[in-house]
Amino acid sequence: MSPKQPSMERRDFLDSMARRLPVWMFFLSAFSPENLLAQSDSATEPPPGYDPTKHNYAMGVDIHKCIGCGRCADACKNENHVPREPFFYRTWVERYICPPEGDAIVDSPNGGIDGFPEYKGDKEVLRTYFVPKLCNHCENAPCVQVCPVGATFVSRDGVVLVDESYCVGCRYCIQACPYGARYLHPETKTADKCTFCYHRITKGLLPACVEVCPTQTRVFGEAGHRSSPIWRFMRFGNVTVLKAYLNTKPKVYYSGADMEVR
Amino acid sequence: MDLHAVTQAAAEMPHVTGYMYPNEAELHWSILIVIYPYLTGLVAGAFILASLERVFNVRVLQPVYRLSLLTALSFLLIAPLPLLAHLGKPERSYEMFLTPHSESAMAMFGFVYAWYLMVVLLLEIWFDYRRNFIEWSKTKKAALTRLMYKVLSLGTTDVSEKALKFDDKVGRIITIIGIPSAFLLHGYVGFIFGSVKANPWWSSVLMPIVFLFSAIVSGIAMVLLIYMVTSMFRVKEISMPCLNRLAELLFYALIVDFSLELLDFIQRLYESEESIHILSDMISSRLFISLIVTQIMLGTLLPIFSIAMARFGRFPDEMKRVTYLFAALLVQLGIFSTRWNVVIGGQLFSKSLRGLTTYKLDVFGLEGILVSGVLLITPFIILAVLSRILPPWMESGHRAST
Repeated sequence: MSPKQPSMERRDFLDSMARRLPVWMFFLSAFSPENLLAQSDSATEPPPGYDPTKHNYAMGVDIHKCIGCGRCADACKNENHVPREPFFYRTWVERYICPPEGDAIVDSPNGGIDGFPEYKGDKEVLRTYFVPKLCNHCENAPCVQVCPVGATFVSRDGVVLVDESYCVGCRYCIQACPYGARYLHPETKTADKCTFCYHRITKGLLPACVEVCPTQTRVFGEAGHRSSPIWRFMRFGNVTVLKAYLNTKPKVYYSGADMEVR
Repeated sequence: MDLHAVTQAAAEMPHVTGYMYPNEAELHWSILIVIYPYLTGLVAGAFILASLERVFNVRVLQPVYRLSLLTALSFLLIAPLPLLAHLGKPERSYEMFLTPHSESAMAMFGFVYAWYLMVVLLLEIWFDYRRNFIEWSKTKKAALTRLMYKVLSLGTTDVSEKALKFDDKVGRIITIIGIPSAFLLHGYVGFIFGSVKANPWWSSVLMPIVFLFSAIVSGIAMVLLIYMVTSMFRVKEISMPCLNRLAELLFYALIVDFSLELLDFIQRLYESEESIHILSDMISSRLFISLIVTQIMLGTLLPIFSIAMARFGRFPDEMKRVTYLFAALLVQLGIFSTRWNVVIGGQLFSKSLRGLTTYKLDVFGLEGILVSGVLLITPFIILAVLSRILPPWMESGHRAST
């Protein structure tokens, strides 16, 4: 009697192949040309030893303090190689001109980088104020939800980031952002936005816009630490978030925002 | 960049009235994204028309059954191209299949598309033509043609009554699966827009349903057009009962579609949310021609009235045919305008609800008129080739004509 050869039934074969399918897909995607060529993204790569689970970042903007100098928007463009041409902005400053009656007039020439020209309209000006804008780093981010490949994500330290080596450039995230905070980078052809200067904050530095602000309009820090200035700002600053009704749960808090700010 | 250069660059930017967030001044989804829902709508509409004959036994529509299927296939083959051409990184598009983000509406496109193409359309067409493939693989003159049909028959040779009955049964089952699939394909495209809560022009629970009915309208009108034009070139008599039924269906679909859009409009007006002012401004300025004139008046009301008169009035057949042709052409203009108004309109106003921008359509370039024209014409070329290989004409051996 000859020893029985171990044989593989067709069903077993298909079954084992099916179970290995995820592994194949993993290898296929791992060896894709992009991944082989992809360099580690220095803009978002945290330094060794950095533990993202121990952080939860947030930003505060005190509208009463902003003088509209636009240094923040300029510093951001320098720091993050944002194209200089209008209109690509990770952050910008809006001017609200309030007449005695009726709607405010809003403008942001070149994002406020070159300052604001004198208002030459026909309405009487009762008061003006400036509102810096940026990505709100929403906890419930619509841009993250719609990304078809998961290239944009909320990091464990609460920052919304884009993996530019993975983004397909479909621009659905740009459409889904209620704050107009995203743009398609003309060189990389991928979505780009504020990262809270992730390369800086993971080293314990402040975002460039916060660093250069001459009036401390922008406050940055750990939302969960009582010793952090942002914690105090959030608790005592009489703050609001933009478009709260959309349930995006922004992590950029505004103090002194009038109802016309949106 | 100095102030002068910035001012100059700003002058070259689209004409903005009021205030747009700076990143919004240029539109992100161009005419290519207008073409995409237009094409998928035609696919879904043509397929639903075909399924009427197959599943609901509307025998009078037999002359256009196969034509509808081939029309759906021709448009489906081109439908993903505008999407692909529009991606910033088209070479990475396969990532949507390999690592789809399960929460993303867009990530499902590839799967819905593949399901519809592979499981529904190709299978249905194959089962419907199988008997003909076998027949043609024996009777055609050129050896190469015979070989082609042999390959298309996938080696099957059984044309016994039992086998043909099986083909018919499977065809019916596939169509039954196909109807919800067609609803899924286009309803889903509507969901891509309707689910964007940041955009008050898009965000509406009715969006998938409105998309679906406008798809049915465009599909019926397109098949009607193709049937009339091909009959003319083939010097064959048009089946008037079929044409009348097509016109009737188009009429009913138009009424439902228009009612839904009206409902959406009234709801928005009545709710009168924060966005109502800027949306009214947009409709009365930027979208006046494409919404009020071409979509509603020329593309919906005029076809409704003209079909009603021709179909239910005492028109001679010749006059009816001319009216139907005219109405179907207007419907295509209307549905294209609908897609335009959704996609482009949704980006013309600022999410700050304070301003309007403009969309400048280029002639050349990937997102220009020329490429768009090619994308819109290619399905007809594919259909012409397909109808040579798979003659859809009733007299060429339809299962029911024997």
